[in-house]
Amino acid sequence: MSGAVIDIRGLETRFGTNVVHRDIDLAVEAGQVVALVGGSGSGKTTLLRQVIGLLRPDAGQIRLFGQALFSGDARSDRELRRRFGVLFQQGALFSALNVLENIAFPLRELHWIDRDAIHDLVMVKLAMVELEPRHAWLMPAELSGGMIKRVALARALSLEPELLLLDEPTAGLDPDRSEAFVHLIRRLSSQLGLTVVLVTHDLDTLAALATRVAVLGEQRILAYGPLEDVMKVDHPFIRSFFCAERTQRVFARSRV
Amino acid sequence: MKPPALTVDGPATQHVVNLQGEWTLKGLEGRLETLRAALRSPAVQGAPRWNLEGIDRIDTLGAIVLWRAWGERLPTALDAGERTRDMLGAVAVLESRRRASAPRKSLAELLVALGGLAMSGVRQVSDMLVLIGQLVFDVAQSVRHPRDAPLREISANLFKTGVMALPITALVGFLIGVVLSYLSALQLKTFGADVFIVNILGLGIIRELGPVLVAVLVAGRSGSAMTAQLGVMRVTEEIDALVTMGVPRSLRLILPKVIALVAAMPLLVLWTSAAALLGGMVSASIQLDLSYAFFIEKLPEVVPIGNLYIGLAKGLAFGLVIALVACHFGLSVKPNTESLSSNTTRSVVAAITCVILVDAVFAIATRNIGLPG
Repeated sequence: MSGAVIDIRGLETRFGTNVVHRDIDLAVEAGQVVALVGGSGSGKTTLLRQVIGLLRPDAGQIRLFGQALFSGDARSDRELRRRFGVLFQQGALFSALNVLENIAFPLRELHWIDRDAIHDLVMVKLAMVELEPRHAWLMPAELSGGMIKRVALARALSLEPELLLLDEPTAGLDPDRSEAFVHLIRRLSSQLGLTVVLVTHDLDTLAALATRVAVLGEQRILAYGPLEDVMKVDHPFIRSFFCAERTQRVFARSRV
Repeated sequence: MKPPALTVDGPATQHVVNLQGEWTLKGLEGRLETLRAALRSPAVQGAPRWNLEGIDRIDTLGAIVLWRAWGERLPTALDAGERTRDMLGAVAVLESRRRASAPRKSLAELLVALGGLAMSGVRQVSDMLVLIGQLVFDVAQSVRHPRDAPLREISANLFKTGVMALPITALVGFLIGVVLSYLSALQLKTFGADVFIVNILGLGIIRELGPVLVAVLVAGRSGSAMTAQLGVMRVTEEIDALVTMGVPRSLRLILPKVIALVAAMPLLVLWTSAAALLGGMVSASIQLDLSYAFFIEKLPEVVPIGNLYIGLAKGLAFGLVIALVACHFGLSVKPNTESLSSNTTRSVVAAITCVILVDAVFAIATRNIGLPG
């Protein structure tokens, strides 16, 4: 596959009179791990929701795998949506279904895989996210925060997506769990050859995962490139975000 | 994209199974059964050598299909790329997981579940008693320290459950009055007992129909809203937040709802009964030529005032029952969507059932009051 997995051109977003994005261009190549960072209210999550197709931009175009969402053809839209998986911030597990049914849900919706194969698939996915088979019968309300993220990740991966979108993957996890989860994401994305886009403001996650960083601010992309290059950009926000002392500590740690 | 395919090459005793194409979720769609059948065929099963180099891409499903066909182990002679081997390694966990299934329930556990059911019934009653007791304390607290009384909340609830319910209760009441009057008039006409329409409507509506009608409407309208509100507050931990700030949840959340509904219900009963009588009056004047003046004049004569008091008392009692049931179910919501929806349903059903029960008690207790003859 060649060309950009995500191609955003001239995107503009307004909430009432409040302009969130103005003329944003962004291209994510296959195999990249791109981190979207920015201050609170800079529209990171909004941008992610537009990529997923939960929100429609006011102007501009977003193409996934060279294809536009909202093409008007329900079938091709559905096909396109099956090519990416999303990990929501709170996991968004269906609380009425247990872990097994949650992960099996997208597979069952395909209506052509038999029960045994679905069961096998779920068990393999559970092992991939380092959960035990016995966890399959727990309800989401019985899971810890870290387990919810893992189950949600397993569900996001159940349709074998090529693109994985993560909204604050480590928010609400303690440092230990968050590190383990980042490690897991990194392992899976390289094992499965995924393209990953994540929204985060956790520097540890950023340093450990991202091959490229896009900084959102002042309604546009302030900088986009490998972390080293982005850190050199002279801009007040980038300076305060990356170059504070704590940041240097984090990066010093991650280099070791 | 090349579809997944399987060919068998080589001399009879030294078959080589060649796999090509995309052994992925997308590639296997619609071809799963044919490939499985091909994998089961004797020539393939007996083949000593497998060549997977031709596979372009393989994902979990493809690996599972092969793994199962091989009987949960790798063939002795296997040529495969690194990616393919990785994927096969990932599904190798399945061997021990095959029989992982939901834990079965033993007889003892079923017995325990039955006991649990009975205990939960007992708990419902005791929780309700605790709730009522707590409310008594809250009332006492509010009387002793008027500053703690949740007046704003009471006023807000009064508006929501009372004022906002006026249009719908009036409409339903009016229509029921029209229907009742119309159907009764048909019968009364045949006996020439037209004037008794006032007795029938007056007694029936003021004593029985008005209060019950309002109770059913309010249980569906306000009772469900109360349960859902408390339930969502539990799900989002708002109730816990209130408690940690030292604000007693029953005083701030339950008491205002109960007081407001107890205050609003008699007024709603009055309002709805009036609307129903108006509907009956309109219908009677059209069908039986009974003048409005005659109807209004005759009403106090044939319906003793006791009936009105019974109707109002019923409204009071029904309001208390509905609010208590709604709050009880709201507080017992567990933090998931299923529990929220089932508790809201149970709240409405239980409230209406309790209202009918209380109505029956009223019917027996007041059998000597306000009835002519």
